[in-house]
Formats: sequence, C-alpha cells, structure tokens
Amino acid sequence: MKIRIKYSKLGNLRFIGHLDVMRYFQKEIRRAGLDVSYSKGYSPHQIISFAAPLAMGITSDGEYFDGEFESVTSSKEMIDALNSVSVDEMRVSECVLLPDDAKNSMSVVSASDYVITFEDKTPADEIQIIRDSVAGFMMQNEIVILKKTKKSEREENIKPGIMACELRDDSIYMLLFTGSEYNLKPELVMQALYAYAGIEHNPFHYHIHRLETYMNGPDGQVMPLYKAGRSF
Amino acid sequence: MRKLALPDEILMKVEKPARYIGGEYNSVMKDKDKVDVRFCMCFPDVYEIGMSHLGIQILYDMFNRREDTWCERVYSPWPDLDAEMRENNIPLFALESQDPIKDFDFLGITLQYEMCYTNILQVLDLAGIPLRTRDRKKGDTLVIGGGPCSYNPEPIADFFDIFYMGEGEVSYDALLELYKVYKHSDMTREEFLIKVSHIPGLYVPELYEVTYKDDGTIASFAPRFDGVPATVTKTVVIDHSKVTYPEKPVVSFMKLTQDRVVLEIMRGCIRGCRFCQAGMIYRPTRPKDVNLLKGYAEKMLASTGHEEITFSSLSSSDYEELPELTDCLIEKMDNEHVNISLPSLRIDAFSLDVMSKIQDVKKSSLTFAPEAGTQRLRNVINKGLTKENIMDGALKAFKGGWDKVKLYFMMGLPTETYDDIAGIADLSEEITELFFANIPREERNGRVMVTASASYFVPKPFTPFQWAPMIRPEEFVKRAYFVKDRFREEKNHKSLKFQYHEADITILEGLLARGDRKLCDVIYDVYKAGQIFDAWTEFFKKENWDNAMAKHGLDIDFYTYRDRSVDEILPWDFIDIGVTRRFLEKEWENAQNEKVTPNCRQQCSGCGAARFGGGVCFENKN
Repeated sequence: MKIRIKYSKLGNLRFIGHLDVMRYFQKEIRRAGLDVSYSKGYSPHQIISFAAPLAMGITSDGEYFDGEFESVTSSKEMIDALNSVSVDEMRVSECVLLPDDAKNSMSVVSASDYVITFEDKTPADEIQIIRDSVAGFMMQNEIVILKKTKKSEREENIKPGIMACELRDDSIYMLLFTGSEYNLKPELVMQALYAYAGIEHNPFHYHIHRLETYMNGPDGQVMPLYKAGRSF
Repeated sequence: MRKLALPDEILMKVEKPARYIGGEYNSVMKDKDKVDVRFCMCFPDVYEIGMSHLGIQILYDMFNRREDTWCERVYSPWPDLDAEMRENNIPLFALESQDPIKDFDFLGITLQYEMCYTNILQVLDLAGIPLRTRDRKKGDTLVIGGGPCSYNPEPIADFFDIFYMGEGEVSYDALLELYKVYKHSDMTREEFLIKVSHIPGLYVPELYEVTYKDDGTIASFAPRFDGVPATVTKTVVIDHSKVTYPEKPVVSFMKLTQDRVVLEIMRGCIRGCRFCQAGMIYRPTRPKDVNLLKGYAEKMLASTGHEEITFSSLSSSDYEELPELTDCLIEKMDNEHVNISLPSLRIDAFSLDVMSKIQDVKKSSLTFAPEAGTQRLRNVINKGLTKENIMDGALKAFKGGWDKVKLYFMMGLPTETYDDIAGIADLSEEITELFFANIPREERNGRVMVTASASYFVPKPFTPFQWAPMIRPEEFVKRAYFVKDRFREEKNHKSLKFQYHEADITILEGLLARGDRKLCDVIYDVYKAGQIFDAWTEFFKKENWDNAMAKHGLDIDFYTYRDRSVDEILPWDFIDIGVTRRFLEKEWENAQNEKVTPNCRQQCSGCGAARFGGGVCFENKN
C-alpha cells in the first residue's frame, strides 16, 4: 500500500539538512511501530522516498514523503502514532492512501509556495522599500539574475518560474515552479527583488517559510500533493 | 521554540549546524527554576564522536532521573565555530537550554584519550571558567573529570577541581547532596573540597602536594591537610540490576560514529593482556544478567527507532550467555528488521555461525588481534591467542566462504626483536598459504587478502608495562620499513597488505599518558599557542608541543624513553584500582621471563580486585 505523508519542519529544525530529515523519519516510523515495507537482503531498508528537498534555513508546513506499507490502520491513528514519538518541531498533518498507480511525490512535484516575513531587526525603511517594490518587480517583462555555478556565471530570466509574487499582510507571498522540470528557489527571487529595489541583499533580514508543495491537478491547476490520495 | 545561543548568521556559515542546536529526540528539557543542580556533561571532541559515547548517555540518564538535577550536554565546537565564538564573544553553551556553561553548577568532562587535553582548555576558556582550579572561587562552575584518562590525572590536575575514579553510578548522589549543602550554606570552597575528598572515588588534586627529586622523579606525594585520604580508591558497581541504564538514549539528527543502540554486556576483562589499561582498571570482570540485557535491548530499540544494535564490552566472547543473547536478537532481526553489528569476537565455530547468519560473508572480513608476531612476544604481553588458534579460526572461516582477514599488531613492545616483527609478515604469509592449500581453485570467489596493521605501542599507567620505555619514533619507522620489506619478499605478497600508524601523535600520547603535574603548564602553553583538536592529524602541530616542553625545561625523553625502576614513585601511585602494585610488579617480571599468567576463569592470580566482593572472582563459589 502506498501512503503519502505530509509534515511540517519548523523552528530550529531549519538547521537540519535533508539527509538528516530522511534518517529522522526512518527512526520515527520505527518508534511509532508502523508496518512499513523493507527491501530484501542483508541490510534491509525502509521503502520510503521524499519529495522536494528543503534548503537549510527554511521552515515548512508542506513537506512530503511516500512510503510503502505492509498494513495500515487509519489516517488519524497513523498521524497520532507518528506525532506521539516526534520532536515538537516535526509534525505530521496528513496521511493519505495513494492509488496503486500513483507516481512518487518526488517526480510529480511542480510548484511550491512560500511566505517571506521580515525579521524584527530589519530596518523599517528597508522593509518599506522592498514592499513597495513588489508590484513593479512583477510588472517587468523579464527578471534577469546572474546565476553562479562552479564553472561559470550566466544570466537567466527567472520570470517564467514565478507564478505569483504579491504582498500579503506584512509578508510577501510567492508561488514558484519546483521540481525536476523547472526549479526556482525563493532565495533567488528575494535576491532579484532586493536588486530591483536597489537595496543591498541580506538573507538574514527575512525568513522563508514554505506553505505547501503542489503537483499538477486534473483541471490544469496546481493542487497540494496530499490531494492525490484519500484519507482512510 | 527554544532560543538558540548562536545567531542564524553564524549557524548558516559553519559546517553542520545541527551539532549546536540540541532538541534531539529523548533529550531532556526541564524548568531551570525548578531544579537545584545544573550539570553539564562534556565530551571534549566534536559532536558526532562525543554523542557516540556510552558513558555520557549513562550519566545523563542517571542525573536526569533526579528531580532536583538537570543534566545537559556540550561538545567541543569545531574550529570554524571556535573562531566565530571568539570573534563575537559568544560564551560556550549547553545544547538543551542553550544557556551559558558558566551558569551551571558542574561541568563534567569525560577523558577518553590523552590527545583531547587541549580541547579541555578550549571548552573552559570558551565557557569563561578560570582555566586553573586555583583561580576559581565559590560560585564558579565546578569542573570534574572522569573516564580512563583520570587514572593518571596529574598532567591535567591544575584544570580540574575534582576527578572521579571509577564507575559513575556509585558516588555521584553523595557528591550532589553534599554540593546542595555547600551551595545553600556559608561552607567555604576549601571546606567543601575537603569533604568531597572523603567521598569514595573522588580525588581533589589541589589538596595534595608533590615534591620532586633532582632527577625529576617524585620525592613525595601527600595530602596538604590532615584527614584528607592519602589514597583514592576507585568505585565499582557490583550489582547491575540495582543501577540505572539509559533506556531512552538521546537520538541524534546527524549521522554519528556510533549510530545504533549500544548494549553494555559486561564490565572488565578476564584476559590480563599486559599492555591493556582497560583490562586492569575495570577489574573485576562483571557480566550483566542476560535477561536484564534482553529487556534493555527491547526498550532501547523501541524508544530510539535505531535499526541497529551492538554489544559493548572489553571482550564479548568471554560473555558466557552470548549465544543466548545473539539468538534472541537474531529473531528480532528477522521479525523487526534489526541489524546486529557484532563487536570483534574470537573466531571459532560459534562466532562464524553467527556471522554467517547476519552478514554478507563475501563482503565482510575477519579480524584477529595477535598483537605480536611471534609466540615468544605474545607470551611476553600475555596475549593468550596462539598461532594454532589463529590458523584454526582462519581455516574454518575460509571454508565458510570468507577470504578477507585483518590482523592487528603493535610494534615497540617490551623485549621486541627484529625476529618478532618479521613474524608479522611471516604469520600473514602463512595465513594466505593456508587458504591456497585448503580452498580448491573452483571454490575461490576472489583473491584472498590479508591486511596487517601495526600501531605504535604506548605504555599506560596501571599496566605491568607502566615501567617500560617506549621505542623512539625513528626506531618505530625503521621497524615499520623492515616489516614492509619483509612483506614484499613473501611469496604471496600480492595477497598481503601492511599498514602502520603515524608516529608523531603517538609520542605525545606517550608523554601525556605517563606525565606528571609539571606537564600542566606545557598543556596550557600549547593551548595558548592556538592548538586544539590534537587528535585530528590536520590540526596536530608537534612544534607547539616541542616549544612548550623546551620553555619549561622539560625533556620528552624523561617521560617516554626512560627505563623506570619499580622503586620509583609514579604520579598515579596514590590511586587504588583494586589491582595491587605488587601484582603489576610480578606481572612485569613475568613478562620479562616470557611467562604466561592464566586468565581469571582458569585460575585466580590474586591481582587484588577480589576485595570489591563480586564479579568473576566469586563465580561458582556460592
């Protein structure tokens, strides 16, 4: 049985890397006593796979992994079992049964959205200028950034990767392409926004929080990954 | 959300920030206003190594079962963070509360290897605790050391208020109760420390005075106050069902050196190898009850979610219920996907059978530790393993499908000759010949491979070799080249590999292992020269040590290459480990006469440890 699990990675766990999160859940699943499937051989491992990795420093309410299970109880019982043996800042919020032919989360991810809040220490005028720049920033035909790789620097237009970028209350909201087809990181958009506003970019002046990870739904709109399955 | 001691700017800059944020599963949070004693346990090396250490998990759990005490953890900040903390004046903090160490009542430092000594000063300095005990006042964090290196605490005596000799389960309650009285009364620091010296196993270095002869050896070692005991006797747990074991060990987010459940099955060792300090200081051998262990295994696997379990002891093959315990775990392995990671076992029919059940034979290798190349020298070091044992084990293993063998040796052992070390290559060769003679060509999977490695012998306190000189590094390298050449000349040299350890760090280990109080100033100066993480080759700089030794008019020859007489007062003689000095002297003599001493189950040799009233000394004697 294929199960998809949605979880939050909050607070200080923003400093835990992706590989450590994977190892963390392998142990949490065992502590919870869930009947996960194992590979065969001398060192069997759990058959689980994670969706879009989250960069260090970012928190999230929309993380996912898929697992193959021998038997399951109910969505609620599995969520409770996991959360009862978890650290506070890692919480499972959804647990759904996927159709047998469902593709794994890693391959279907198409977008994710983020909310960016400014830190208390950030100067008020900096926040004001950035906020005032959002509309104009998005009115541009192209948003060109300098992308540095190990070998070279090249210019890239990231505008097509931004599905939305707007003000929401005191924060900035953005919906970005994510996944194997086209992946745009929120840090890059913030960097471009600071450049557009003419302010020196300081990544420690704001905090990025991922809200949800999406896949393409049947109606052509994006839908949260857990909607591919059903509660049980 | 716990507020972190380090700002994001630093955490995002340093390598592996997960080392510094705490919050691990099973880590213990308490309300600091509701406890009376705050204790911070420290392993003075990087997080991944320190978190793998069982002793701290035992004490952490034991302290936190007390309602009046909150025990937290700290490890050495890696050099990248060390630099940031100094530059930004950030004091060292504990992982759980993220509070400065200076706010704690106790800092307990485990001393597992000598090369961590400069890291102790790093920890004290970053914490803002005065480095030397004589500069500390009532209200300063009390610094207490424990673990194997505290059996010669003298080279670091200036930096510790108290050392704990022996097993922590025994005397900590008495210390904490006394501390609470001290904290809430007008008892002076000196009065407190004198009272501490009366608690079994606790040594307060500043209460003792050492005088030296002109030749640099010790003239006298005595308490400075009436009533302070002249000797300190180690503490020993006799009944393990009456002490605690960490049923809910802390589970790290990061991958650790030892990322598994560790089941301690036995303390002490019956073998009596003459080079081995652990074999003496942990006497008598005390196996734990197998049903107690099965219960711990069950609870710890469930509370951690670890996929792997291993046993800890000095010689797991001597644990008599090992077959019963492994059977029970193998069943768990099949039902619950638990991997068993075996410690090194004596190679015999039983261990080969267990190994073939739980490992991929094709990928795993067999390990023997002959320690010396000839039977003569193995008799000198009292290593019971004979060539017949090795050949017999290897043959069984080859027939079972193994074709990789690892052999561990030491070089520079007392009385060692070139014939003895030639034996390292010859024994390795004979094992390959055994393979070719007994395994038909069609049954061979690949090339048989024998890898021998040689370490540089360091004499340790409380061993029969505590009087032995170390060989000089030039001589060690010369011997290593000789053995390397000998390997090249062997017929099956293509199936043989020889490796040897780096000499420079080992000499310093030799210096510190048998050092005296005069070395405190040397360690201080080496630290002040900017040196930390000596155990890591990339940070170790021998010239800092050479300079500091020269500055204080000290000569490394005196500590490492000198023949010591049994009449000499050794810096650690005031410690009573149960095993008597007379026994060690007799064993030193037996070594020179190439005379083997039977193990504790064959025959009692009257080492002295029987007076603790338990363990192997009383087996079958009800």
